[in-house]
Amino acid sequence: MSQAELTREVARRVFASEFNDSTYTFKESDDERAPNYALLPTGDRANRAFIVGTLTETEDVGDESEYWRGRVVDPTGTFFVYAGQYQPEAAAVLRDTEPPAYVAIVGKPRTYETEDGSVNVSVRPESISVVDDATRNRWVVETAERTIDRIEAFEEWEAEQEAPESASTAPGNEYAQMARERYDSPVENYRRDVIQALESLEDLEATA
Amino acid sequence: MSDVRQHAEDIHDQFSDHLDITVDDVEERLTTLVDEYKVPVDEGRRSVTNHYLEEAGLEREDIARGGSEAVNVEDIDEEEQWVDITAKVIELWDPRSDSVAQVGLLGDPTGTIKFTKWAKSELPSLEEGGVYELRNVVTDEYQGRYSVKLNSTTVVEELEDDIEVGDDTSEIEGALVDMQSGSGLIKRCPEEDCTRVLQNGRCNEHGEVEGEFDLRIKGVVDDGIDAHEVIFDAEATESLTGISLEEGKEMAMDALDTTVVADEIREKIIGTYYRIEGPTFGRYVLADDVEELDGPVDAEQLLIKARSM
Repeated sequence: MSQAELTREVARRVFASEFNDSTYTFKESDDERAPNYALLPTGDRANRAFIVGTLTETEDVGDESEYWRGRVVDPTGTFFVYAGQYQPEAAAVLRDTEPPAYVAIVGKPRTYETEDGSVNVSVRPESISVVDDATRNRWVVETAERTIDRIEAFEEWEAEQEAPESASTAPGNEYAQMARERYDSPVENYRRDVIQALESLEDLEATA
Repeated sequence: MSDVRQHAEDIHDQFSDHLDITVDDVEERLTTLVDEYKVPVDEGRRSVTNHYLEEAGLEREDIARGGSEAVNVEDIDEEEQWVDITAKVIELWDPRSDSVAQVGLLGDPTGTIKFTKWAKSELPSLEEGGVYELRNVVTDEYQGRYSVKLNSTTVVEELEDDIEVGDDTSEIEGALVDMQSGSGLIKRCPEEDCTRVLQNGRCNEHGEVEGEFDLRIKGVVDDGIDAHEVIFDAEATESLTGISLEEGKEMAMDALDTTVVADEIREKIIGTYYRIEGPTFGRYVLADDVEELDGPVDAEQLLIKARSM
């Protein structure tokens, strides 16, 4: 009955293109145990994500101990998943699964700076499981829906910024504001990714 | 309104069922003490109250208690309030601390609330399924959730009548993203009316006991907006995984290890989408009705929306 469980972080639904752009991370308090969040460019915070895609490649990139990297592809891009000795179950799935396969991953966003100064975002998995195409397609639709919801909230907030007389009654959107301060990419990009992802499902249906 | 007038009204309210007096009568009596005889207003109020108690032939306990108030569970929305509730014990949980005698969930027709009974309160034991009138409990709040605490001043009275418990049924659609410890093949205390889950063969209440096997899942179903904690009992676990309690026991026996059951369950359910319906008890949803969402999904409506934004 640990009270900490009451605040379990929700697993956000986010496509690879947006996830990989979520390079800014922050904490909400100074407490060293406070959770880390990645800032999604559509204006939300993510401490955890739920991802479903195609595992296309796995490779042990570790030196002394095993450190597995998996490439997981969705209709918009590629998630990079890293699992080592502290994620033994996830590492075992990457070791034992023969690509290509659909996988569902619950994990945390992690950022690291490369030598040329750019920031890469990867997934540190809590669990990886092999799933079927129905689950994968459901995830694409669900993630499209959640992304559209975020874009709508972002655009509402933006419209209110341009019409300041209504600002007093408008609901705040602190993460939209943060995203506009931190990122250059317009949310329109992610709307296009959503359309592309949904169209890829329609194409499947048409050819079926 | 003057201070004296307010006190006079309070006193009048307390006696209005017992005596034929007006607020003016009370105020006059109080004013005499406070203004003419320079008695502090609190002392004046005590004195006037005593006068009317005597006149009505009542004891102090007989008039409206100036502390706790009878409330419904759903109305508890402030901490450190002294209240009376009439509620049924839905579930008892394992106390995590020696200072707590009992902890669990109470319910009345309006909702459910956690309760804690302090060990030092020395109150009688509450039983699962029992209906009680609990007078003088104090409310508490943690992260937006309210609870009540039973203390040494609390009066516990068991009632004969059963009451309906309001169980807001929830429907959740989402992915099963985690399975918590205490899932799989577990052992429960065999003592009568004690169903506590054993930790290393020990019951918190009854010590070392020969446990009885049970099968359950404590899972997290997440829809991308909220993470819901869901409990699947043995029946729901079997329909979800195809593993019955008997099969679970056999698996554990073959492996000489009970954790193989949880491992196998985890493999079958994590990452799968479900629709779950059931009553909410505290932070948990009890899965009454479970459906795996493995049918086709419709992308067309959403595509039209995304294109028109």
